[in-house]
Amino acid sequence: MSIERHEIEKLAMLSRIAISDSTIVEVSQRLGSVLDLVDQLQGVNTEGVQAMSHPMQAIQRLREDEVSELNQREALQKIAPDTEEGLFLVPKVIE
Amino acid sequence: MHNRTIAELINGLQSKEFSSVELTQHFLDRIGDLNPHYNAIITVTAEQALKAAAAADERLAAGNAPAMCGIPILHKDIFCTNGVRTSCGSKMLDNFIPPYNATVVENFEQAGAVVLGKTNMDEFAMGSSNETSFYGSVQNPWDTDCVPGGSSGGSAAAVAARLAPGATATDTGGSIRQPAALCGITGLKPTYGRVSRWGMIAFASSLDQGGPMARTAEDCAIMLSCMASFDDKDSTCIDREVPDYSAALGQDVNGLRIGVPSEYFSKGLNEGTEQAVRTALAKLEQQGAELVEISLPNTGLSVPAYYVIAPAEASANLSRFDGVKYGYRCEDPKDLQDLYSRSRAEGFGEEVQRRILIGTYCLSAGYYEAYYGKAQQVRQLIQRDFEKAFETVDVIMGPTCPSPAFKFGSKGDDPVAMYLEDIYTIATNLAGLPGMSVPCGMVDNKPVGLQIIGNYFDEARILNVAHQYQQITEWHDQAPEGVAS
Repeated sequence: MSIERHEIEKLAMLSRIAISDSTIVEVSQRLGSVLDLVDQLQGVNTEGVQAMSHPMQAIQRLREDEVSELNQREALQKIAPDTEEGLFLVPKVIE
Repeated sequence: MHNRTIAELINGLQSKEFSSVELTQHFLDRIGDLNPHYNAIITVTAEQALKAAAAADERLAAGNAPAMCGIPILHKDIFCTNGVRTSCGSKMLDNFIPPYNATVVENFEQAGAVVLGKTNMDEFAMGSSNETSFYGSVQNPWDTDCVPGGSSGGSAAAVAARLAPGATATDTGGSIRQPAALCGITGLKPTYGRVSRWGMIAFASSLDQGGPMARTAEDCAIMLSCMASFDDKDSTCIDREVPDYSAALGQDVNGLRIGVPSEYFSKGLNEGTEQAVRTALAKLEQQGAELVEISLPNTGLSVPAYYVIAPAEASANLSRFDGVKYGYRCEDPKDLQDLYSRSRAEGFGEEVQRRILIGTYCLSAGYYEAYYGKAQQVRQLIQRDFEKAFETVDVIMGPTCPSPAFKFGSKGDDPVAMYLEDIYTIATNLAGLPGMSVPCGMVDNKPVGLQIIGNYFDEARILNVAHQYQQITEWHDQAPEGVAS
């Protein structure tokens, strides 16, 4: 299965992964090879079969809506690439 | 001291034959001497280890020592360790120092274990050869031209080279069992939900499960008793009492019904591997176990279903690495989009990027039902195969992987060739069942693994079966050349 160039460009955008022009053909070939593998699923009869997401059919546990985590802002910001006055810094978004 | 098992080391510490500081220093010296040959460990925490060992010695002297007090272990570099770099084998997290401990790390600390350092692994646990690590490949101690398996290749190689008596690991599609097989050690992937995933960097959340690696089943039982717990912080953890796995190791295998799936002995299986596994089964039969031929007809669909589900979940889990709050950030981003997409392109390796792209494709509008929805239905079919099998058998056995350790680079450029390495292990993850690998022979001087799959929460049973097998065989005692001296 081959994936068209514009599809790879769309995936790169959705994934927020820059793909250079020089590697696009190779990326497309290798993705195609994996998609050939997973396309075997299309021929399987799954009529009436429920989708499975947890082996024990566990349901989401609920808890009281109370603060349970310590506020660790300083510890967490110490490992950030760039901060100022308790905020995470990124390049300017609005001109 | 490095030739002893965890059980033997616990006795040595309790009888005051040696102290934890002596034991820890011995393993640190070995790591200093031998790790450069294997590259199994990314970070060594010598100072903290010696401090923890001294504290353990005090508790041992006071007579109130917990189960693994003073025993040195290694953690896979996927478990967050407070104040110690946790890289997940990636450039993305090369500078990441977590401000907290994973529950598994916390549990071992409570049990008194001493952490020697963090082991090498495939980047974000995506790989079966340890070749995708940002820190370079790990060499298999049995043959340094060969891979140790993956993704827990560093933990497996470290235990095989006797740089530590035990190590933690994780298994999403075979990442504990396959490297355990290729390195000739014992490894256990527990039932999904048995061990907390909190603080364990997520790859595919509905499949990931942490477990122990050691030289024997007895040691894995000791480790799992410390490692498993119910954890409120992991919403998929199952609230169920943790049995004393060591206490369950005394049952003989007389009358045990062993299911042997025909699909696990089909084409693609190395002849020597098959022979070793058949010999192991015959050995258990001699002890009174009964071999029952069974069929798991949807086995062939497990690899395609996995390569939809795992990348789809990975693409969501790895979206958090964006160069903003922690981890790698590219130089001079020109705007926010550039910051995201260049940090991710530069911070993630090729295999991780490929899986994110595949996952994004499978989850994107118009494809979701055809891929992710379909794969989850197939997952149900795979689980039903096992359910049916366990109506008539107690455990299921077969090879852990199709062949012994392969040479670096030998799987070529096609990612699918590597994916097929996990053909016998993936179905267990999809169904959420526990599975083990134990050494059962040698082919071309390289170890072969016997896989033992149990029903849900039947860890005690498969550990006991593995232990009984190890009582009548010596494969688990073998060491790579030069390692035991």
